[in-house]
Parts: sequence; structure tokens; C-alpha cells
Amino acid sequence: MARRITLKDVIRETEVFSGRVIFAGVVIGVLALALVARLVYLQIVSYDHFQTLSHDNRVTIAPITPTRGLIYDRNGVVLAQNLPSFSLEITPERVGNLATTLEALGKLIRIEPIDLKRFEKLRKQISQFKTVPLRYRLSEEEVARFFVRRYQFPGVEIRAQLMRHYPLGTTAVHAIGYVARISEDEQRQLDDSNYRGTDQIGKVGVERWYEDDLHGVTGFKEVETNASGRVIRVLAQTPPVPGKNLHLNIDIRAQQAAEAALGKMRGAVVAMNPKTGEVYVLASTPGFDPNPFVLGIDSDEYSALSTSPDQPLFNRAIRGRYPPGSTIKPFMGLAGLEYDVMLPTKEISCNGGYNLKGDPHRYRDWRKHGHGIVNLRTAIRESCDVYFYDLALNLGIDRMAEFMTKLGLGNKTGIDIKGEVAGLVPSREWKMRARREAWYPGETLIAGIGQGFNLTTPIQLAAAAGTMGTFGQRVQPILARALQDPLTGDMEYFQPVKLASVPMVNRANWDQAIKGMIAVVNDPRGTAYRLSVGAKYTIAGKTGTAQVFGLRQDETYDKDKVDERLRDHALFISFAPAEDPRVALSIIVENGGSGGHSAAPIARAIFDQLLLVNPS
Amino acid sequence: MSYSQRQYRGGWNDSSGSFGVLQRFRLDWPLFIGLLALSFFGLVTLYSASAQEWGAVLRQLLRLCLAFGLMLALTQMHPRYLELWTPWFYILSLILLLAVLVVGDVGKGAQRWLNLGVMRFQPSEFMKLAVPLMVAWYIRDKHLPPSFMHIFVILAIILTPVLLIAKQPDLGTAVIVASAGIAVLFLTGVSWWLIGSFVSLVAAGAPVVWFYLLHDYQRQRILTFVDPENDPLGSGYHIIQSKIAIGSGGLYGKGWLNGTQSQLDFLPERSTDFIFAVHAEEFGLLGGLALLGIYVFIVSRGIGIAYRAQDTYSRLVAGGLILNFFVYVFINMGMVSGLLPVVGVPLPLMSYGGTSVVTLLACFGVIMSIHNHRKLLPS
Repeated sequence: MARRITLKDVIRETEVFSGRVIFAGVVIGVLALALVARLVYLQIVSYDHFQTLSHDNRVTIAPITPTRGLIYDRNGVVLAQNLPSFSLEITPERVGNLATTLEALGKLIRIEPIDLKRFEKLRKQISQFKTVPLRYRLSEEEVARFFVRRYQFPGVEIRAQLMRHYPLGTTAVHAIGYVARISEDEQRQLDDSNYRGTDQIGKVGVERWYEDDLHGVTGFKEVETNASGRVIRVLAQTPPVPGKNLHLNIDIRAQQAAEAALGKMRGAVVAMNPKTGEVYVLASTPGFDPNPFVLGIDSDEYSALSTSPDQPLFNRAIRGRYPPGSTIKPFMGLAGLEYDVMLPTKEISCNGGYNLKGDPHRYRDWRKHGHGIVNLRTAIRESCDVYFYDLALNLGIDRMAEFMTKLGLGNKTGIDIKGEVAGLVPSREWKMRARREAWYPGETLIAGIGQGFNLTTPIQLAAAAGTMGTFGQRVQPILARALQDPLTGDMEYFQPVKLASVPMVNRANWDQAIKGMIAVVNDPRGTAYRLSVGAKYTIAGKTGTAQVFGLRQDETYDKDKVDERLRDHALFISFAPAEDPRVALSIIVENGGSGGHSAAPIARAIFDQLLLVNPS
Repeated sequence: MSYSQRQYRGGWNDSSGSFGVLQRFRLDWPLFIGLLALSFFGLVTLYSASAQEWGAVLRQLLRLCLAFGLMLALTQMHPRYLELWTPWFYILSLILLLAVLVVGDVGKGAQRWLNLGVMRFQPSEFMKLAVPLMVAWYIRDKHLPPSFMHIFVILAIILTPVLLIAKQPDLGTAVIVASAGIAVLFLTGVSWWLIGSFVSLVAAGAPVVWFYLLHDYQRQRILTFVDPENDPLGSGYHIIQSKIAIGSGGLYGKGWLNGTQSQLDFLPERSTDFIFAVHAEEFGLLGGLALLGIYVFIVSRGIGIAYRAQDTYSRLVAGGLILNFFVYVFINMGMVSGLLPVVGVPLPLMSYGGTSVVTLLACFGVIMSIHNHRKLLPS
């Protein structure tokens, strides 16, 4: 009985087991088919999708930064170059613990608090998963030390790159400018693809104006990287087009002579060719060293520069607005002749002051007891104010304004750096528009000696001096001489940009004004006579003294008593050789006192350099 | 002598005769060739996955040789000895498992390893074999389908080691061990009604498991499985990169040693749990299907062996082991291809790693032994 049951059970067990095995087999088949379906879905249906993801995983488009063009002076002296530099860069997102990494790095490589400060600042600006520089200009030893332990520092790399360097430091810094890290604002406006590998951009000076030419065209390479971002191999490559070398019209020795002559004084010198517009000298002192800007200037250092009362960052040559003072007198004289309100032979008697009818104010001459009998030439030579009060009254403010505007005063010259300001040539129309006030006749007198509302920039004055010397030719000042292809060496010269000449009524009128300017320098009674001593060429010039501080009627100007910052600005405009000028210049010494004393002597070194040492 | 000769003639290959001396090893040739093919695929893929260094390949080859040796040895052994030793084997494994909890080595945040000085091994791996053997041993002389009482005992046999393993924690192995025991239980003929109730119970108990039994990282894995893109740099990274590797392989694959996901380190754990992604990336859908085909072939051969096994113990053991083998494959391929959550289950005979190769081939030794020691029936 029991045996029968057992037998029955065995058979039933076998049947049940077989059923279960068959069921399991079916389930296995279904699951295997599910896997097949999944593979087909991934590898056939979604192939393109995953293929793209896989490609994007490994292939990175890496920009190849073009080499920035070099900057030379007109004689081939290097003003801006590229020095190889190793910088330590960190991708904070790829670093596990930033604080410990920085600490560990600090044991291998010198990291100053200033580096950390800059790093923190840059970190906020630079987008995620991009490298943030921590140190620049690593020594070779530091590079070696890092590479030995590189494996300990994922997300940290050393980048070899060319960094801009200005070998002459402060020299001509306002003309050359500098490059620095691209700001967020600039980033937004830039052509993204061409600046993908570029960290720095021209900020001021010709570095900014000629940014596109200097930068070049970024090349690209497709590289295969592994999961930790290390480049395995290069797949394809488009070479970059290097930036063009920029040759400037600047004569760096003349520039240095000008800066040396200005010394510690605040001031500006502009020297240019009056026929071609080539700018030989564009100096503004004090200057500053552009090199710290390239690396990312420390904010303390920067605020020291930007808040200094001497304003070293301020480009006085194109942005400084100064009353032209007596340097306007040759132009006034010329205007008087050209508008035919007087003859060159006209003489007046100067007794040290001038009175308008119905005006109790006495318009004083700078020489207390006057110049005696003066004509146009002697009035220019000795800078007689009374002569020009009288002339101004006869010309009237509107004709004065018209003529000065034709000379280019009160307008931007169009020099090839940013930031130039226009200055101001006052007129009745201007005063009504800007100040809603009527013009007073006394203001005409003041304007006649270059004071009052008149404001000009050093570059305008240099250009106007050149216009005088060339009988009315006007040309746009230009710093750039040529762009050079660094591969072929081919030079592409900039052509002079001629501007509308000042209409000439009678050439003899211009001769009269020029003769007055020659007398200033060459006549022993001229205000800048000392300048001509020993000169191998004829210099024409005009000194000027621009009031910073108004005197009351009963006061006399005493240089020693007036606060240094309130002293008059010293000005000098000049051109040489007088017969056929090749150089026109303007010099401003802020608070320098009289033009003949402080400004004019600077001109000689510049003329000598440009006309004798390096005549080009 | 006469007994063994009968066995020999009764083998699957008694008519072929061309294998000569090797036939004395009582090998089941289809299984053996399938396993060899898998091992070959595994070594080829491993060479690619281990950055083309021979070291890992040679170590794996050595383990395979050892494991194949063990398999051949087990093949020679009559199942009745296995039956005899089963409880002792189970108890020994249980003791080792407890030992791990006390003196085990910690690796990758879990205490799984027992260090014997000469070698380190995971006792939990033994359970993959011990649990199904024990369940079959327990039920072999009971009436089938088993009563509630027996089911209860069987569940205790299964859950004791499973909980110990889960505590290490090693979710992957726990799942495999549990499924091995449950596969045997399923084959005993537990009524569908009970299975249905059990599934419902599990569904109801899932929240309890979720909140009280799972570790944070295990929960995270499941969450990541539901939405890997949610955490692309953290726990979702594995599965995203794995899917990219498989998908970008396409129909023909990128070619051996040319898988960019694998060779450029995008694919994590590529020589162990994720080796299938390497295979699928480099050999494409065709390679993947070929591999899956070999697995299915081995499984169907195993099912055939279980089907023809003659006593309860043998058929339950063979059936349970082979079903579990498939669960192994399915969980790994499912997780690598994004069908299942990531649990640490290696791909049998493909993934780099010693203990699992040994246990797996030991299972096949048992299966072959069962097949080759059948009593001949006159039909």
C-alpha cells in the first residue's frame, strides 16, 4: 500500500518537475528574447544617439591659439613680445578637495597670497569645467617638481603658453597699451570660436585698436581624450594663422627722450610728421608698467594706480584737455590776416593791460608794464596779450571759432587708439546750447589768448602746429606704420589719411604767422630763444601758459606762493625744420609754470633725435 | 568496473567515439565546449578591458585552469557522495560566512573577504552552490509538492545565509544565492497559488525592505536605475557610460581593442561587472548575440540534463543550478544594458574574478556528474 503511494508520488513528482522545467525553459526563452530586444534597441534603434554620445565623450575640439603679433617701433625695436611661460591651472570641478589640493601644491610650488587672491577672483569669472590659472611663470624646477607628482593632482595641469611681455616697461605704455585677461563683458561681445583658446585681449593702446590683426585666427584640433581628460591623440587639425606683427611710427629713442625730459613731471608730448601723420612720440607721464596687467594685476596695486593723484593710467596725450593758452596766438594772427581784419604791418601799443568799453575790468598782459609798440611778429615772439585782445575783439568769437575748428582744434584727430577726447572751441552758439547763456564780449578777449572755455588736447595742438607749418595741410595722426605677415615678412604699410586742408586766402599770411613762430625760438627776445642755441635746423614754435587758477584783479601771480597743483600749465607747440617741417610737436607740462621755461626745452632732444640721429 | 563502463556507454556521446581517451573524463561535451567558448570570449574581452596587459589575463587563465580542474574532478564524483556531503558543506559555508562577519577583510566598503594568508576568497560564493544543494538535500526524501512545514524549513535554509550576505553588505550575491534556493524550491512543485501569495507578500514587504533592510547605497542604486540621468556624475555614471558603450557598438562593433568607451576609461568596472559592455562595444550586436547564444545553449543543455535526471535530489540540484546560472547572466546583462538596477553581479566566466569562476565551474561539475552517472533505463 505504502509502496504504491510512493510509486505514484514519484511519477507525479516527475510530471510536476517536468512541467516546472518546461515552464522555466519558456521563461528563460522570454527573458533571453528581452535581452535580445534590449540589445537591438540599444545597438540598432538608438545607435546614432549613442554613437554621438560616445563621440562627444572622447573627441574634444581643442583650439590652437595663434601667436600674437609682435609690436615694433619704426626702427625695429621690440616693444611687445611673447615669452614662453608655464602656468599652473586648475579645473576646480575636477579637483576633489580644493583646499587640500592647494595646500599640497603649495608644498611643491611657491604660491603667494596674491596668487590665491587672484585665483579666487578668477574662479568666480571663469565658467565651470574650465581651467583657472593659479600661478604664472613657473620656473623650470617648479614644472619638474609638479610633473613628478602630477598623478596626485587630478584636475591640475601645467599649461605652456606664450605670455605678452613689454620689455621696455613704462616706455610708451599709453601708445602701446597692454593685453590682459578677457573680461566677462568682452567675452559676451567676442567671436567665440576665434577666442576659444585665447585668454587675453588688447585693453588699451594699439594692442586694443589692432586687436584683430595682432590676434590672428585660431586653429583647431580634434583630439581624443580619455575619461580624465588627458589627450590621447590628435585626430584632425586646422593650423592657426598667426597674428600680424605691428610696426609703429613711434621712434622709441625720441619717445624715451621725451619721457626722460618730462621726468617726474606730469605732462604729455606728441610729435608727428605733419605731412603723413606718422606719430613719432606719444608720451604721457607718469606712466605705469603694463606687465602686471598681463598676469592679472592685484587689486591693491591697481587701486594704487587708479587713485593716484598723478593719474598714471590717464593718457594725457589724447585725453588731457588743456586750455591752449598763448599757443593759440599764431593761429589767431593767421585768422586775423586771412579774414582780413588787419594788415600784417598793424602795430599797437601795449602798456600791460586792455580795457573794453563800458567794462571796468582790466584785461592784463602777462608782462606787467607791457611790450611797448608791437606788430604781429613781435606780438607772437613775445606773446603779447594786449595785441591779441585787440585782434580777438576785431575778429569776433564766431570767426575765431570757425577758424580754430578748421585747424582741427576742438575735434578728435582720429588717432588710432581709443579714448581720444574732442576738447572745445567755444562759440556763441555753443554757449547758448550748453550753458543757456549769452556770450559776453570779455569772453572773446579771454578766448583770444587761449584761455576761458578753450580746451585742446596735446595731439590736437601737435596736429595744428603741423598744419601751420605745412600751410594748411591736415592729416590724421597714426601710430601704426605697417602690418607684417610673420611668415612671409611682407609689409603692408598704412597710407596717410589726408584731411580737408585749411582753405588758404593768401600764402603770405601764413608766412607771417610762421615767421612769428620762428622768432619765438630764434630771436633773442623770443620766449623760447634758448631752444635754438646750437640747433642745426630752424625751429618754429610758440610757448603757452595755461591758467589753472584764476587771479583776482588785485592779485599778482606768484609761482612760489601758489599751491603746486594750481600752478599754470606750461605748453609749447613747434615744428621743424621751419622751411619744410618734418616734425610737429606739442608739449604740456602740468603745473609747470611758464611754457618757455618748462615745456620748450623738452622739444630739443626730440627734434635732435628725429631730425639728426634718426632721420627717416 | 562494470558499473562505470555502463555509465560510459550510456553517456550522451557513446555513439560518437571519436573523443577517445578524453571520454573517460565523463565530460558532457556540449556543456564543456560551451563553457570553453565562454572562457575564451572572456579572456579575449578581458585582454581588451584590462588595457591590453597580460597580467590580468594570465591570472584569470590560471583561475580558469584551476576551476576547470575542479569541474573535471567533480564530474568524476558520483552524485551520491555529493548528497552525502551536502549538509556538511552547507554548515561549513555557514560557519565561514559567520567568520567573515567577525574577522573578514573590508574591501570597497563591505566586509566580504576571508583572508587565509595564501589567498583571499568570498565564502558567500560557496553559498551559491551550498544553498541549492542543501534545499535539494532537505526535500529529496519528502513528499512533493512540499508541505507548508517543509517550505518553512527551506525558506530558513535559504534566508539564513542570504541575510548574512546582505549584511556584509553584498546585495548582488545575496540576490543570486536567494534565487538559487528559490529556483530549487520552484522546481519542487510548490503550488502556483503559494507562489502567487509569496509574490504578493514580497510586494507588500518591499517597503519594509526598502526602509529597514537596504543600505543607502543600495537604495541609491535602485533610484539611479529608475532615472540614471538624475545623477550623471555620481551613481548614474556607470549605467550611462555602459549604455553608451553598448549602443555605440552598433551592429558590428568598433572592433577588438578599439572600443573607445572601454579603452579611454569612460566605462567603469569594465573588467569585472561591466565586461559585457566592453564586449558589446567592440563586437557589436552580432558579438553580443553570439555570447547570449552560447549562454542560452549552455542553459538549454543544462535544462535537458535536469529534465532527464532520475532522482529528486539530482534533478532538483541540476535544475536549480542551471536556472540560477541563467538568473546570473540575466541580472548581469540586464543591469549592464540598463534593464535592471545595478547590483554587483559578475557575468559568468566573462568577468574578471577568482571565486565566482571556481564556484560556477563547480556547479557545472555537479551538473555533469549528475548527467554522467544516470542509471541506464531500458527505454
